[in-house]
Amino acid sequence: MREIIWLVPLIPLLSSLALMLGSASFSRWIIGGLGAGSVGLAALLTLLSGIDFLAQPQPYQTTLWTWMQVANFSASISFYFDGLTLVMMSVITGVGFLIHLFSTEFMQEDASYARYFAYLNMFVAAMLILVMADNLLLLYLGWEGVGVCSYLLVGFWYQNSANGQAARKAFVVTRIGDTAMALGLFLLFTSLGTLDIQQMVVEANNLWLVGDMLPVVACLLLLGGAVGKSAQLPLHTWLPDAMAGPTPVSALIHAATMVTAGVYLIARTHGLFLLAPSAMMVVAVLGIATSLMAAFTALMQSDIKRILAYSTISQIGYMFLALGVGAWTAGIFHLMTHAFFKALLFLGSGAIIHCLHHEHNIFKMGGLRSKMPVTFWSFMIGSAALAALPFTAGFFSKDQILLQAYQLPEYGIWLWLAGLLGALLTAIYSFRLVFVVFYGKANTQPDKEVGWRMAMPLSALCLLSLIGGYFIIPVQDVFPEALHGHPAHWVEYISISVPLIGVAVAYLLFYSKRLNINPLVQSAVGSKLGEFWRIGWAVDRLYDGLFVRPYYAVSALLKSESVDGFYALVVSVNQCVNRWLSQSQNGQMRWYLVSMVAGLILLLTLALQISPEAS
Amino acid sequence: MDGLNIPLNHILLLSSLLFCIGMLGLMIRRNIIFILMSLEVMLNAAALAFVAAGAYWGQPDGQVVFLLILSVAAAEVAVGLGLVLQVQRRFKSLDMDSANRMRG
Repeated sequence: MREIIWLVPLIPLLSSLALMLGSASFSRWIIGGLGAGSVGLAALLTLLSGIDFLAQPQPYQTTLWTWMQVANFSASISFYFDGLTLVMMSVITGVGFLIHLFSTEFMQEDASYARYFAYLNMFVAAMLILVMADNLLLLYLGWEGVGVCSYLLVGFWYQNSANGQAARKAFVVTRIGDTAMALGLFLLFTSLGTLDIQQMVVEANNLWLVGDMLPVVACLLLLGGAVGKSAQLPLHTWLPDAMAGPTPVSALIHAATMVTAGVYLIARTHGLFLLAPSAMMVVAVLGIATSLMAAFTALMQSDIKRILAYSTISQIGYMFLALGVGAWTAGIFHLMTHAFFKALLFLGSGAIIHCLHHEHNIFKMGGLRSKMPVTFWSFMIGSAALAALPFTAGFFSKDQILLQAYQLPEYGIWLWLAGLLGALLTAIYSFRLVFVVFYGKANTQPDKEVGWRMAMPLSALCLLSLIGGYFIIPVQDVFPEALHGHPAHWVEYISISVPLIGVAVAYLLFYSKRLNINPLVQSAVGSKLGEFWRIGWAVDRLYDGLFVRPYYAVSALLKSESVDGFYALVVSVNQCVNRWLSQSQNGQMRWYLVSMVAGLILLLTLALQISPEAS
Repeated sequence: MDGLNIPLNHILLLSSLLFCIGMLGLMIRRNIIFILMSLEVMLNAAALAFVAAGAYWGQPDGQVVFLLILSVAAAEVAVGLGLVLQVQRRFKSLDMDSANRMRG
């Protein structure tokens, strides 16, 4: 069955084209059926080829046609199918299908129903091309494709100019990373002579030694692309703003799939990163720093979607940490479980927003537990998995990451401690969300409960968030063996208990309100620090001052075209002389004659003056 | 040739006087007929200088050039009068300035 994997990206692509061209004549049922059905079909095909692959775990490579060929460079449209690809494809098509199904109800009232599904299907197709690509150039095509779809979907409600602003920000900030990645591709091609991922790794191992300069530079450039796409420091500022898009879009693109593309890129090129230990350390440090920073910020947010957005940044930070310490399998595993529970949380928040007249502020919600039971249980399970409570999906993956970070020599213990702090904060902010939204006094009444097309995906994702931790992902042939050895039991006990402490703290703070930290929060230092966290460590302000304002200042300076002034002067002098000289060409014969005679007299006089003795 | 012995200077003076009168006419008059006439005066002034110089040096060249100038003047008048007719027909006027179409 694996021969037909090229159909998997093709079906959503065709459906997207059909929706773009024929949307005027389609009814809402056909649009929804086409949009969700195409991804469902892709999921089914992925399932079939997955079963086939698990029976015979051999990587499979298929070339459809040669894309371009110039001198010794050739790129083909070819797909590579192994365990890692299978995991990514399953997440994209599986979670993607559930989100599409959810969208058919969520977007029901929207005027641009067909446009929405056209973009969403195109996104799925591009994302599939990204993860299935056999060479980095095709991967880059998918990479840019998902970027464009993200831009289109963030700015989906374009009548509001703030949404367009958010879309542009998302596009421009990721573009900074993409430029670095393109440079990385150039460097890899010029030094290795190929962009085919498998060959590239072989060549790199032949040419380079561990710790050489070139692989470090190449890996850092690739990391630049990954950092942009996956919203890590210092290019994370676009993701919270990207929440301007419809909530299912946030679930699919900005939580489950696209933002994890950076993690996938690093995992896919791990052969190169293993040659550059210093680049891997940068990955780990960036990851844990981002994770902590975003967790602190999430604590202070009041917009339900922004809490989840910062939580996504924080969780992807954990994945980067895993990649940085060489725990490839754990990183990809966390990618998968995170896709389950974060999609669940986003869809749950979408259900709340849908039923609560587009209310985003958690302090205006409250007491929703009895009125929206399906959503309540979704949030409960999702938050438990996010906080990594024992036996949920998030527990298994995050635990693996922390334990493997701990085993790293020298600075491993510090990474582990920072990771624990992050886990504590994660538990606090996720259960703060649950307690504030679902318990306490009801501030807003929901006007409806979710229908089956929303409830079904929520239940499926609940199930996945609960049992996802018991899946074994078939990547043992893709990645080298992870660090072995078992840390002491107390390390494991601490890792398990920290999230529980976090939940307890959240309970005391936001449910029973026994723990009163108001004096601390309202003190001068406390309120300043809180405000500093709330605005995301003022990174936006920093960039505004560092880049945006100087750019505007330079633009304002150049707007008057001061450089052009010199050339304009030359032009005006020429025009002036021309106007003056053309006076003499007036067509008056007698005037010509008079000037000739006058000139003659002048010349004769001069001649006589200069040589009087000649006369 | 003995009785009439005019110094060369005088003839040349007359010739340049005539030339200047012609040129002055050229500069001042606007009527094309008069311009042509002024041109004739100038040509004849030059021819007179040639004849006088030829006689002075005892050479036939001066008279040869006079004949050449005479024929050139005839041709010029023939062409010039033809142009005058055309100008009259097109612009309904013999004023040379009215034929100016340049907007300099």
